Amino acid sequence: MFSEVELGDDLPETHPDVSLERVRLFCDSAGMNWGRFTDHEFAKAEGLPGAIVPGVMSQGFLAAMIHRWAPGCRIQKLDTVFRTTMLVDSHPVCRGAVTDTDEGAHTVEIDLTMVAEDGVTAVQGTAVVDLAP
Amino acid sequence: MIDLESMKATWVGVEFHRSHFEIDQPRVLNYAHACGDEDPRYCDPDHPDFQAHPLFIGCLGNSPGNMVPKDFPDLGKGRSIDGGKAVEIHGPIRVGDKLSGRSQIADIYAKTGRSGTMVFIVHRINFFNQRDEPVATVDLRQIKAMEG
Repeated sequence: MFSEVELGDDLPETHPDVSLERVRLFCDSAGMNWGRFTDHEFAKAEGLPGAIVPGVMSQGFLAAMIHRWAPGCRIQKLDTVFRTTMLVDSHPVCRGAVTDTDEGAHTVEIDLTMVAEDGVTAVQGTAVVDLAP
Repeated sequence: MIDLESMKATWVGVEFHRSHFEIDQPRVLNYAHACGDEDPRYCDPDHPDFQAHPLFIGCLGNSPGNMVPKDFPDLGKGRSIDGGKAVEIHGPIRVGDKLSGRSQIADIYAKTGRSGTMVFIVHRINFFNQRDEPVATVDLRQIKAMEG
């Protein structure tokens, strides 16, 4: 609920599953069955250290974190920049913090990051989320 | 030297491609499961408000051949960078919906820094359902490094 949220609140961080199995499932659903996402050897042949997580999948992980934090909320907008690649079968972390609130609209703005296993911020962005009054 | 103002006048706001999608249940369920989203609106077909995950739309219409108009000017061989993606949701997308994605160039602009000039091209897809109601807008930002 909007009334329970304070500026600066941190969302509980999540540890998304970026196993090859999950990424392949995602690529099937997204129509993105490309070797750089689904096959470590194929990705290495392209010069990558291994298969990489699709940028759009990271958007799904960040949205899932928001839905877990505020069940029933509605994400109005989610905008991300994919700063660097994130490897499949690694251990990234999703984080978020409330950076603005709109009492009239019952919306909050959330700063989002997805940090790779080596500590590098691989994805950053913002979301506008409609919370129940 | 590229004439950005001329490019903008010619291309910004012009629909250059239309794609069509039918939303099927296995895909939307697999999307929510793959992303670890346990919200029943997106992973329980028996939920009264069952619908596609709001970010699912970001997967549609990404074919590299549809990013710019066929006769869009060649910006050279400089490095291309994915500048990110914004998804704005206007309404729910349900299983069985037939969507059309209408592509346009929403903006073209340049920034100059230590590493030279980069041209930003914002490719926008406006998605509508079978009732012609807007359901989402997806912006993809492509960054192209200019040579020389």
